Amino acid sequence: MTPVATPFFFYFLSVLTLGSAFLVITSRNAVHSALALILALLGQAGLYLMLYAPFVAGVQIILYAGGIMVLFLFVIMLVNLERSQKEEQYSRQWLAGALAATALGVLFVAVFVKGKALFPASSVPVAESSNTQQLGQLLYGPYMFAFEIASLLLLVAIIGAVVMAKKRI
Amino acid sequence: MLPITTLHYLVVAAALFALGVVGVLTRRNVVIVLMSIELILNAVNLNLVAFSRLSPGLHGQVFAIFVITDAAAEAAVGLGILIAFFRNKETVNVDEVDLLKW
Repeated sequence: MTPVATPFFFYFLSVLTLGSAFLVITSRNAVHSALALILALLGQAGLYLMLYAPFVAGVQIILYAGGIMVLFLFVIMLVNLERSQKEEQYSRQWLAGALAATALGVLFVAVFVKGKALFPASSVPVAESSNTQQLGQLLYGPYMFAFEIASLLLLVAIIGAVVMAKKRI
Repeated sequence: MLPITTLHYLVVAAALFALGVVGVLTRRNVVIVLMSIELILNAVNLNLVAFSRLSPGLHGQVFAIFVITDAAAEAAVGLGILIAFFRNKETVNVDEVDLLKW
């Protein structure tokens, strides 16, 4: 299936993702930040689809936007944030933080400008119909150990979260 | 318009990363700091998936799936810590997390 209007979709999705990310870090209300983050995650799922990664896009929408962000919204509702909306929003070191991020941005631009020859323009065409099967074979084949470790990590995280949020251990 | 290469995706990922870093360093609300950390992880994921196109085999996408799993575990534990802290101090201000300050 030949791609159509690729630059339009790419620029639309990246403007959506970056604009929502900017709203995440500048909103006064934490619920607005959470909703903007959901929008950024959905835009990123669209970018994954453009990169011929449909399974990762699906996992992103179901797990990230549908699981983690719901968890964030529940905690925002638990933690009563009305008082924090009227307080000062940015910390005392905001100038140092902005300078550090600007230095990081300049570093990134320097890397991209100097190393443009290192990133090849062409890419290997992969059939997207077998993406999930290939990922499954990789996960149950070479990455079996990492898969088991990830399940152990999730078990530890569940126990840790329950212990952390309990009133009395 | 020039065709969309891998470099375009890397630039978007770098911008997302920089926005996440600014959010972590400058905001006072702990929940928004945690959300900026999620932005950073998403930038890394975009980098991984963009690079996985360039070589045969989907190793970058497998790594991205593991990063998403890690992000879920870390978000759960981080929010648990936040709830425990809020129960003690009734605030979500980062500047008030100073019990160990000398």
